[in-house]
Amino acid sequence: MTNIGIQAAKYTMLVLIILYTLSTYHYLRMKTHRGRNVACGMQLFCMFALHLTGYLAIILYTNETSMVYFYLVQVLFFLLYLILFRVFYKKASRLLLNNTCMLLAVSFIMLTRLGPERAVRHFIITAVAAAVAMSVPVIVRRMRYLWRFGWIYAGVGIVALSAIFVFSTVTYGARLSFDIGNLFSLQPSEFVKITFVFFVASMFQTSISFRRVFVTTAVAALHVLILVASKDLGAALIYFIAYLLMLFVATRSYFYLFGGATAGSLASVLAYRVFSHVRVRVQVWRDPWMDAQGDGWQILQSLFAIGSGGFLGTGLYQGMPEKIPVVRSDFIFAGISEEFGGIFAIALLLICLSCLLQFLWISTWMDGMFYKIIAFGLAAVYGAQVFLNVGGVIKFIPSTGITLPFISHGGSSIMSTFIMFGIIQGLYILKQDEVDRIEQEEKLKQRRQTLYAQGYETSAEGFGKPGKRARRNPSGRRTDQNG
Amino acid sequence: MFLATIGYFCWYLIRKSEDTVDSSYNARLDTFSERVVRGEIRAKNGEVLARTVEDAQGNEIREYPYSNLFAHVVGYSDAGTTGLEASAGQYLLSTHLSLLNQVSNEVDEIKNPGDHVITTLNPYLQQLAYDALGEYNGACVILEPDTGRILAMVSKPDYNPNTIAADWESLISEENVNANLLNRATQGLYPPGSTFKLLTTLEYIRENSENWQDYRYECEGSMNYGDAVMSCYEGHVHGSLDLRLSLANSCNTSFATIGQTLNLDSFHNLCESFWFNRELPLPEGMEYRSSSFVLDNSSGLSERVQTAIGQGRTMISPMHNAMITASIANGGILMSPYLIERVESADGKVVKQFMPESAGKLLSVPEAETLTNFMVAVVNEGTSPSLRSDAYQVAGKTGSAEFNSNKEDSHAWFVGFAPAENPEIVVSILYENGGTGGSVATKGAKKIFEGYFSK
Repeated sequence: MTNIGIQAAKYTMLVLIILYTLSTYHYLRMKTHRGRNVACGMQLFCMFALHLTGYLAIILYTNETSMVYFYLVQVLFFLLYLILFRVFYKKASRLLLNNTCMLLAVSFIMLTRLGPERAVRHFIITAVAAAVAMSVPVIVRRMRYLWRFGWIYAGVGIVALSAIFVFSTVTYGARLSFDIGNLFSLQPSEFVKITFVFFVASMFQTSISFRRVFVTTAVAALHVLILVASKDLGAALIYFIAYLLMLFVATRSYFYLFGGATAGSLASVLAYRVFSHVRVRVQVWRDPWMDAQGDGWQILQSLFAIGSGGFLGTGLYQGMPEKIPVVRSDFIFAGISEEFGGIFAIALLLICLSCLLQFLWISTWMDGMFYKIIAFGLAAVYGAQVFLNVGGVIKFIPSTGITLPFISHGGSSIMSTFIMFGIIQGLYILKQDEVDRIEQEEKLKQRRQTLYAQGYETSAEGFGKPGKRARRNPSGRRTDQNG
Repeated sequence: MFLATIGYFCWYLIRKSEDTVDSSYNARLDTFSERVVRGEIRAKNGEVLARTVEDAQGNEIREYPYSNLFAHVVGYSDAGTTGLEASAGQYLLSTHLSLLNQVSNEVDEIKNPGDHVITTLNPYLQQLAYDALGEYNGACVILEPDTGRILAMVSKPDYNPNTIAADWESLISEENVNANLLNRATQGLYPPGSTFKLLTTLEYIRENSENWQDYRYECEGSMNYGDAVMSCYEGHVHGSLDLRLSLANSCNTSFATIGQTLNLDSFHNLCESFWFNRELPLPEGMEYRSSSFVLDNSSGLSERVQTAIGQGRTMISPMHNAMITASIANGGILMSPYLIERVESADGKVVKQFMPESAGKLLSVPEAETLTNFMVAVVNEGTSPSLRSDAYQVAGKTGSAEFNSNKEDSHAWFVGFAPAENPEIVVSILYENGGTGGSVATKGAKKIFEGYFSK
């Protein structure tokens, strides 16, 4: 009987995530407010229904009333988060907001299935992170002088990364985190990737002279080298890719892009030669069967999981995702694919892709170079992270050992992802402010002209004090706000 | 990049995952048994070779009614899985019961019965082969040449799959040097000895397609090559021989002479076309080791001569030798051996039917006929007179394969088929340390042919 329920839940969730994904892309095509509202409503319905279905299956299987409470607390969290965000930030991107909730819902279901105790802890961390990150958009929106702190970002980043090198705990051959008390461990590279993006954006926003590029590249390289020395090669790769793309957006120079890519390839070859654990990962990627019970074990277990699940999945609790080492964080995609199905996993990837598109779109949309580079840098970080994680799990590329944003277990990962999305929301709101202001000024201009025509106003220029409104925007260049 | 990832993901799920998942490292295969009762493995005519029953406490036990008889080919599932229990595991643990029955079982919380695997095996022949091997270590394979059906496959020493879990420690202990768990029929590699002269003969015929009939050799019982001496079995002086009588009498000196004339690259190619140094066309999941043939134009004289008579570094499994013989019996076409006839659901619906498949044409029809004639001569005029019978005509070849420097220690081989004019069964039998000459192997083969044709 239980099995029938779980199978029914599986198909229901498949249909819901497909509907959700369709509405997401429908939203991206929609131009009117009305059409977007409908798409968002559909998304929210699918999100809550999927979350409910997942937990019904969990409750059916475990027969534990505590799961009912856990579910209700989560619903409360989602409702509060959605409502508060909408109250504080009317202009926020609803698509990103809904995607955040959807990814979290999937993550909660999977983590609860993998082990309720740790899922509860993860949920608490997520809730705290969500609350803290709620303040990020307002900071981005109000603090227009964030671009001035270039060297501070670099300093903080390098100190934090070096700190791990000194006081770190080693996990899976890499120095990633330090423990704070016994409570939780902090993984600085997750946060430094944000300060890193801010640093690069600050440097390039005032100048892209060769000297400036050289200095910035040197400091960026220092970040990457510390990561390499700590053997956190996945993060090193993400920083590198993000830097290269930001450099390209700032300078529009193909010379830098291809030069950098070549240097990166040479560095990978060097890393392959120097680091035995890089060699192991590449060998395992090429032929996991060679050492099936040793180094190849993890990737094989991941492939078994995905293969056994097939397109439709086995249904919750019907697979063996717990056989995959580190399934909660780095390999959660394999677990989801096994029990929720390959189609579900693809839909999840498409949702991540829609987030990335939104990031990129905001980047092209921003006027100031600083914000443009930030949006693009965060897009690169996010995109690289999803690609490296999923690609590694399915053996498309060698596994690099990084988390899947919003889905993997891990406090640092969830916190930094919330901050990233918060920054993007802040930029989105900034842009909306500007659009609204332009619209308002259009209206004022029209009213003024009407008044002038009616003879109430003596001069068409004297109204509205345009000089006060045309602020210096963060790019340092004056732009014509009346555009 | 995202789309490429999605593309690769789909490709993996569609094309690759089935192969990957079917691995003994995948613990998931075991858990199917929590939902499904492992299906039965049956012989061709329905005799049960393996089934799952419940004991008094309601625990599931895997039962093997024939005990040791089918040990290696059927395998076991109580200490890991091997044999058919492993390679057909996916079938045994999936259920194709009608959906309605499945749902009603679910509601009643009864496990669904897995599908049954019906094999090509014939218990009568299996028993004949088992008895023919007697107390010897060794292996026997019986094939149906025109389809590739594996009718019997025995390996000794064996074990009792019913008690495998209890016997496990002693079976794998270091004191046990018998390697009971090894399926010698497919995993045992032995020098082919004189059975290899069939391929040497074929190569000679191909290189001398115009005038091989004119081949003459005067056997004096021994010959010199380089610093060494080659002698015929027990110093027999065979006298004047053509190619047919050379094979019939298994004349070492004649073949050593032939071996010196052969183009070794062409010989190498011939052997590789007969699946030496390659993956054999055996059913998916069947465990085996590839045979080896190392001769080429850089080999020295001694190795050429030794290889031509089936010694040297050539190694072959009893299954592979059966396949070569089957291709001669079947007019040159090798039918890929197969072990599963069909898969049926518990309520008798056919889920999957396996059909005979050709693995390729290895010999022309005239070549196959010539070799068949020569193998008939082995029985009627040559080394295996005891196989003569009025009821049927056997075509075959004996072999004794020396495996160390002591000439007395050798494995005994027989490969052959009957009736020669319209072959029904191919037998390949090997006795480890069976002694020189063909006597042990010929006697064993005779038991099998007698048994088969008297039924």
